[in-house]
Amino acid sequence: MSDWPILSILTWLPCAGAILVLLAGDARPRVARWLTLAFTVITFALSLLMLSEYSAGPGGFQLQEMHRWIPGINSSYHLGVDGIAVALIVLTTFTTILVIGGAWQVIKDKVHQYMAAMLVLEGLLIGVFCAMDALLFYLFFEAILIPMFFLIGMWGGPRRVYATLKFFIYTFFGSIFFLIGLLYMYHRAGTFDLQTLWAFPFTMQEQSWLFFSFLIAFAVKTPMVPVHTWLPDAHVEAPTGGSVILAAIMLKVGTYGFIRFSLPITPDASQYFAWLVIVLSLIAIIYIGYVALVQPDMKKLVAYSSIAHMGFVTLGLFIVYMLARQQHDVQTAQLGVQGAVVQMVSHGFVSGALFTCIGVMYDRLHTREIAAYGGLAKVMPWFAAFWVLFAMANTGLPGTSGFVGEFMVILSSFTANPWIALFAAYSLIIGAGYTLYLIKRIVWGTAPTREAAAMPEINTREGLVLGAFAVAVLAMGVYPWPLMHLMDSSVAQLVTHLMTSKV
Amino acid sequence: MITLNDLLVMLPELYLTAAACLVLLFDVFISDDQRDATHWVAIIVMLVGIFLVIRGQPDMTVTAFGGMFVRDHMAEILKVTVLIATILMFVMARPWLRDRKLFMGEFYSLSMFSVLGVMLLVSAGSLITVYLGLELFALPAYALVALNRESKLSSEAAIKFFVLGSLASGLLLFGMSLIYGATGTLDLHGIFAAAGTTAHPHLLQFGLVFLVVGIAFEFGAVPFHMWLPDVYEGAPTPIAMYISAVPKLAAVGLAYRLLEVGLGPFAHDWRIMLAIMAALSLVVGNVVAIAQKNFKRMLAYSTISHMGFVFLGLSNPTPEGYSAALFYAVCFALMETVAFGVILALARKGFECEMIDDLKGLNRRSPWFAGLMAIAMFSLAGIPPLWGFIAKVLVLKAAIDGGMLWLAIVAIICAIIGLFYYLRVIWVMYFEAPAEGVEPLQAKPDLALRGLLSINALGLIAMIFFSGPLLAWCRAAFGV
Repeated sequence: MSDWPILSILTWLPCAGAILVLLAGDARPRVARWLTLAFTVITFALSLLMLSEYSAGPGGFQLQEMHRWIPGINSSYHLGVDGIAVALIVLTTFTTILVIGGAWQVIKDKVHQYMAAMLVLEGLLIGVFCAMDALLFYLFFEAILIPMFFLIGMWGGPRRVYATLKFFIYTFFGSIFFLIGLLYMYHRAGTFDLQTLWAFPFTMQEQSWLFFSFLIAFAVKTPMVPVHTWLPDAHVEAPTGGSVILAAIMLKVGTYGFIRFSLPITPDASQYFAWLVIVLSLIAIIYIGYVALVQPDMKKLVAYSSIAHMGFVTLGLFIVYMLARQQHDVQTAQLGVQGAVVQMVSHGFVSGALFTCIGVMYDRLHTREIAAYGGLAKVMPWFAAFWVLFAMANTGLPGTSGFVGEFMVILSSFTANPWIALFAAYSLIIGAGYTLYLIKRIVWGTAPTREAAAMPEINTREGLVLGAFAVAVLAMGVYPWPLMHLMDSSVAQLVTHLMTSKV
Repeated sequence: MITLNDLLVMLPELYLTAAACLVLLFDVFISDDQRDATHWVAIIVMLVGIFLVIRGQPDMTVTAFGGMFVRDHMAEILKVTVLIATILMFVMARPWLRDRKLFMGEFYSLSMFSVLGVMLLVSAGSLITVYLGLELFALPAYALVALNRESKLSSEAAIKFFVLGSLASGLLLFGMSLIYGATGTLDLHGIFAAAGTTAHPHLLQFGLVFLVVGIAFEFGAVPFHMWLPDVYEGAPTPIAMYISAVPKLAAVGLAYRLLEVGLGPFAHDWRIMLAIMAALSLVVGNVVAIAQKNFKRMLAYSTISHMGFVFLGLSNPTPEGYSAALFYAVCFALMETVAFGVILALARKGFECEMIDDLKGLNRRSPWFAGLMAIAMFSLAGIPPLWGFIAKVLVLKAAIDGGMLWLAIVAIICAIIGLFYYLRVIWVMYFEAPAEGVEPLQAKPDLALRGLLSINALGLIAMIFFSGPLLAWCRAAFGV
């Protein structure tokens, strides 16, 4: 089995599925739906197969594939996964099924195109996590914009054109400086191969420029303050499925970029500028938390809370330098990176679930105004239970997945500097504030209108989708060991690499 | 003394000359209803031309007629691409021309003579051949732009093209005469040898400036770009397609022959000029394109900006730089044919489909063509995984390798600005509903047009996998 090019299959199978779905045409939405579901389920099964093929013990990059691609510029089609990538790929394949399930009857217009865009998006996202060639990574990284552009623009809300353009131009702007950085690295190292670039001794000045070219790209995608403004707009206008994919997976592409590019290629510049990222992360955690508190629109609230949560990821990634290099505390440094990755996966589940919930409510009342809802616990008890569970996970309650990552990040930042930990931990309070306030307004109390009081309970399909999210959130919260074990060696290797200076 | 070998080296050109004359004669003897015969004969002639070019491809550079005619890999690539682009034009133009009662034999013979000019031009080994090729390309092109005699816009465009084209060729000729004065030879290799030792370097530099102006005119680079939007807008759409693809390829050949083969020792002077024109073209092309409502004019300004990208490659006077520019030009030509091809497919009698707003809601009425246009737009914008992306990476890399990081950054910023107008076409097609009371857009039932256009567009995706061989070919052209 192991000589199968499983990573290529994972990447291209959904894309091939997209072509079939497109051929199903506009007139046969049922065919398009079932075909898409079949493809996502097969892809998920294959990703589980990949998970079983990957041996976490030795770590490193496994299941590698390498073919000549553009020999003229020394770029190759090189795929491979380490523990971190495996976790994110399974997150992607899992979430995509739920997105398809969530959009089942909700999308009525141009179903085949919607489903095809989703499949292409899935394939490209898997490609990003597999790519071991910088140019190939960039190719997937950028290509994601195309299906996302259509998803928001065609099935989005009233201001969708504004939101798509803002989204597209912001992220394109960010990543194109990344491209310049890549070309410069190629100019110096003569290859796009990531492993060669990790080892290549860039000077401090070069590292600084490269660091900023990476930072712009990944900060926009993550998104970090102050380039986060596209995210609330994109979320508000996007259809539910688009929001879920955006929050659950696309944001991870940015932080994954930090792990693959900034940390290993420019370790010295990253150390030098770590304070900058840490400060921006703390601003995201605290300031954006306050911004979330006052949002009247549910989607915006969750979008802002996503930005705050991604702040934890960048904090965990960059706190490493304080620990590993200055205090030589490798153990805690690994904890920080692990916490960041756990937070990435957990946020994928929690935000995905929250956006799905909002989608469910939007289908019933066609508004996202928090004020339009109330007393859900009476009319939709099952749904309210899910809401409360995911909200608790969002605040980082122990026993849910949200707790594990945040706790690890706070713990390692406490070792680095108690003040940083203090500010970071403060977010738990704000997070609890805006989430509980949201819950109070929509789940408890009385319904403001007759329509809100007559909302039908979730059906089986919605229950299954939310149930799957709930299982994932709880499982990770109660028993995170498999995930941590999966990436233990990979994180250790990354941190060891960071310990050695290039200059 | 002309030897058999000379003739053999020139075989594709000689063949095309004879074939173009025969097509002209053939067309005289058939009636208007039988014009399809001319169409197919012309296509077969071009296909055989491609075969001859590829088949006779020597492993190394060979010359004929005492060095006046050069046959090398670069010329072969350009010739093949020009012939392909012309075949695409023939196939896609037929229904359009027939609708407008412009389906005439002249169209084919004029195009073939024009192509012949390009083939001579890119194989030039002497200033005389350069000039000969350029004029042989340009004169039929002027006539083609005026093909629609009834249209005032078309005639106006032709006059503009003719006057400015003559001015440019006058400047080029003047530059050539100065260079001849400074070096005493017309042979490009002779000029190269003499340039280092000439007693009149300033005269040579003066001539160089005029040559660069002539080249810039062919490219349509700022500030010699004024003719381009008017010609695109006024020319019949198939001709605009031709003008957008073929002369740009010819210009790459022209630039390489004159600047590198002839004036290589002065590379330091001309690469700065090219870099400045590149920056200007990028800025002007991308910014002005945003304001365009006419789709063809928008494509014209986008062409100007793309020529800036080609200059990015040329401004790095190394084999890598030239091969990047060549690759870009080939890629650009095949992207433009898709963009124009979709307009040709959608236009019908009395409706040109020229305005961007005409494309509103295309996805609802004809999703396949909307998809093809979207591919062309994303590719022109340089977004992966489309072919235009690889081309952009190559020229940017060439500029960075050549130490012009500033130019690469200008190009990047302009690419972001340019994104806006490409995306607007897509958003009009996908996100907007067609205006009330507009007849639904319907693609022509012409099977050849549909098939070839689809292959052309899907090729822009597929080429991402096959860029390696093409790039290797382009690099081999310059001995890498």
